Order: sequence, then structure tokens, then C-alpha cells
Amino acid sequence: MPAFGAGLEVQAVAADTWALVGHTEDLTPSNGGNIANAGFVATGAGVVVIDTSASKALGEAWLAAIRDRSTEPVVRVYNTHLHPDHILGNMAFPREALATLPATRQSIRELGEAFNDNLYRMVGGGMKGTEAVVPDGVAEAGTTLLGHHRIRVMALRGHSAADLVVFDETTGVLFTGDLVFFDRAPTTPHANLAEWRRSLDLLAALPFKRMVPGHGPVLDDARGIAMTRRWLDWIEQTFVDAARQGLDMNDVLALPLPPEWASLPLAASEYRRSVAHLYPAIERRVLSAGVSP
Amino acid sequence: MNPTLSAVISLLLALLSPACAAAPTDPLGDRGRWPDMQRQFYADGPISFDARVRVEVPANAEDAMNVPVAVDARAVASEGIERIVVVADYNPILKVLEFEPVTVAPYLAFRIKVQQSTPIRAGVKLKDGRWLIGSAVVASQGGGCTAPSNGRGTPGWERTLNTVSARQFSSAVGDRLRFSILHPMDTGLANGIPAFFIDELNLRDAGGNTVARIRPAEPVSENPVFTLDLAGALTVVQIDGRDNNGNKVLGTLR
Repeated sequence: MPAFGAGLEVQAVAADTWALVGHTEDLTPSNGGNIANAGFVATGAGVVVIDTSASKALGEAWLAAIRDRSTEPVVRVYNTHLHPDHILGNMAFPREALATLPATRQSIRELGEAFNDNLYRMVGGGMKGTEAVVPDGVAEAGTTLLGHHRIRVMALRGHSAADLVVFDETTGVLFTGDLVFFDRAPTTPHANLAEWRRSLDLLAALPFKRMVPGHGPVLDDARGIAMTRRWLDWIEQTFVDAARQGLDMNDVLALPLPPEWASLPLAASEYRRSVAHLYPAIERRVLSAGVSP
Repeated sequence: MNPTLSAVISLLLALLSPACAAAPTDPLGDRGRWPDMQRQFYADGPISFDARVRVEVPANAEDAMNVPVAVDARAVASEGIERIVVVADYNPILKVLEFEPVTVAPYLAFRIKVQQSTPIRAGVKLKDGRWLIGSAVVASQGGGCTAPSNGRGTPGWERTLNTVSARQFSSAVGDRLRFSILHPMDTGLANGIPAFFIDELNLRDAGGNTVARIRPAEPVSENPVFTLDLAGALTVVQIDGRDNNGNKVLGTLR
């Protein structure tokens, strides 16, 4: 039994469909990096996997959990986006099945090993033997009939430069990747908030019955979209107001969290990370309104 | 006098001399480089650690190329400040910047690159010759000093070089000037990219008088952003200076 295998929470979501539900925590040695969701659909003509978790050990445990539930060959393994908690399990899966959007391939090529180093730093021994694997396959937007399932792949953006979404039109299950967070504060290291909101609009318009967000519990409604949007709106407005008041980055870091977010896991730490990611561009906009060259 | 006794007396005198008496214990604990920092940057006067000199940094730096630092010596302003020298013990380039708060309050916020977790020191040189030292530690994954600047990858960065954006604010945080300058601030430590950084900035009032002077060094972040406390007088109308290649910086406030 691979490390952490016993701890994986794998949940039936719909016919032929399961989700791996990670902990709504930061990366730590005790969770072994198991913080992101993943999913799979046994289509009747092979298994389609959405994301591979955060390490070689987790990828192996995830593949073993899939094997416990389906004997079909793994024909496609999508990486939803570049972030390591979703893709560093790639090495456990058949290389020829790995695919993602072109910008994500490029990002994993450039940043994969730095991500890997960072996860070793945060997770420690659970990362043993893990290396970043760049998918050879290029995923394209469009719908294909695979076995009994019409699988739609969407190429969106906003959480990162390329966010792949899988919508199973047959079952109505929507795998959002990190465009949607629920019961866990969203992360923004490569975010574009305007694009992210447009992608949330597109997701909200889909006739989905169940949603597997990138982080947090499986949902039967659009609460994850609403929470993610409220968070993004709040951090942006907070940063714009702070910049207009002339606050420096350390002042913004020290602002208190409003009561609305007090019980949301990782709200304080993700808010602080977002200051580093997003405040510089917002303050530059505000400052450039005040000078004549 | 007995030669042994004479030697002992010389030794005692040496121990009591200002140079030795002024070797205070680092409040951050046993950090290996502090004695070197003291010798290199804060040697010319009596020295003491002073909690009134505040160095504000996040405990953990999310981005090693943009670590926010605020140096606040307003609590010792009445003692007469000549200049403030900021250094980072474990950076490959130690000096971060010098700041002369000529008529503004002794407060400056900016962002720096760090190569690893490091103490940040702000030494306040008083007009009477003493050094008052404030310190804080920032933890970081590091690598900020040897990575190329982001702008280097953007075509046409030369066209916007030294563009100044500035604005004065009157708000709950006081009367502030904040300004940014588009500049790569290359450390010279990334492969094949020579050191290229703004090394002189003057802030002037309507009469052309310098109200504050900043001498940034290589560790100041790309596209630097500075925040000053104008101490109740919104008087800055011009920011001028240059980089180490002689390119001029000039911005006029509306």
C-alpha cells in the first residue's frame, strides 16, 4: 500500500464518476500534500482522469483507488492547470495519457521543478521520489463521445493563464479545477481577476447537476461559484480602497479580516499571500493617476 | 611598573574603551553575521539596539523578489537624525539603501529582494554620532537576488525606463507621498545581466530644496515603490535622480 493511500477520501459523485476530495488545509507534512481535489469517469471506453494530486505517492494511491473501482484502461489524464498540488502525481500515470492546455505545458516545463522543490520544503518526506512530468498531449476545447459519456473540455483562464474544465454532459458533473473553491479560501499566485470572473460567469451558465471544485466538498449547487466570486470581489475592493488611502504593503497585510471570512479555512493566510500577488499592480494603477511627466 | 600588571591594565582599558563597550548583544539572538555588519556599516560611533527603531516585515515572504519593508524611526526623531542605513545580513549584496529624512518624518517603506531568510537592520545615525539599531527577521524561500528581473522578459522595457508615478495622500495613515519608478533594478548576480539600478533619488519642494534623499542599492525591488511620511506638509513637487548608468529620473507632481 503506497503512503497516504489509506487516507484518501474517494467519493462516488454520479454514475461511473468519483472524486478524490483533498483536505481543506495548507500543504503540511501530516497531510502529505493531499489538499486538492481530483476526479475520474469510467466511460465504458476507458477511464478519463482529472488531475493527479501532489506527489508520486499520492498519484500512486489515487491510481490504486481508480483501479479498485474500474478495470478499464486509463486513456486520458488531464491536468487542469499548472499548480503542483494538482499535477505532481503525474509520474504515477501512463505517460501517453497525460494532456493539458498548451500554456499549462509551458508553465510546467518552466516552473515544475521549482514547484517540486517548494513542495519538498513544505511537505517533506511525503514528496519522496517526486519529479515534475510535463504532459506530452495537447488538450483542445471541444466535446467528444467516449463510451457512454459526452465529455466536454473547456479552455478557460483566470485562476491561471490556462484553466481546463471538464464537463460530463451525460451525467451533468462539472470538474472546475481551481476556478472554484468552496469552504477554503481561493489562491491567487497566477490569477487575473477579471478573466477569473468571466470564467465564473461561463461556469454558472452550464446545466451542471454536481460540481467537483478544485478544493472543498462536492456540491449540488452553485455555492462554490458564489463564494469564489465574493472572495475575489472582496480582495480586489480591499486592495483598491487600500491603495486609494495610500497604504503600503505592510499596512495592507495588517488589515483585519472581516467577520464574513473569519471561519473560512486559510482565509488569513491566503489573504496575506494575495497581497503579495495582487497589490503591486493595483497600487501602480492608483499611483499613475497622480503625476505629470 | 611590573610588566605583567601593565599588560593587565592595558587589557582592562581596552575592554572599557568605547569600541568594546559598544558591542551590544543582538536581540535577534545568535545570528552569525551581525558582528560583520556592525564593523562594515555601523562602526563610526557608539552603537545600541533600540526598540523604538521599528523594522516592519512580514514573518514569511510570499515573494522573495518583493519583500515589503517599513523602517519607522519616528519615535527617535527628536534625538536628531542624520541618516538611516538599511542592510540585510544574509543577502549577497548587504546594503539595501540609505535614507536621509532631511525635513520629512523618518519613515520609509519599500520592497526588497532577499536571497534567503535574513535579518533586516535599520541603523539610525544620529547627529551626535550614535547609532540606534532596529532589526526584524523575514523568512523566505529565497532566490530573489539571483533571478533576472521580470521586465527583462518584456520587449520594449527601455522605453518606459525611469517613468515616475507619484501621488500624495491625506488619510487615516497621515500625509504620505508614495511613488514608483519603472526600472529593472538588476543586481548583477543573474547570469549575463550587469548591475543596473537607481542609486540616487532627491525629493524637492517648490523652492527646489531637498526634503528627503534616498540612495537605493541593488537589493531594492524591480519597479521600486517608496512610501514617505510628509509629517503634515504635502510639499513634494519633484522627484529627481539617476541610475548607475547615468540615466536620469524626473517626475513632477501635479
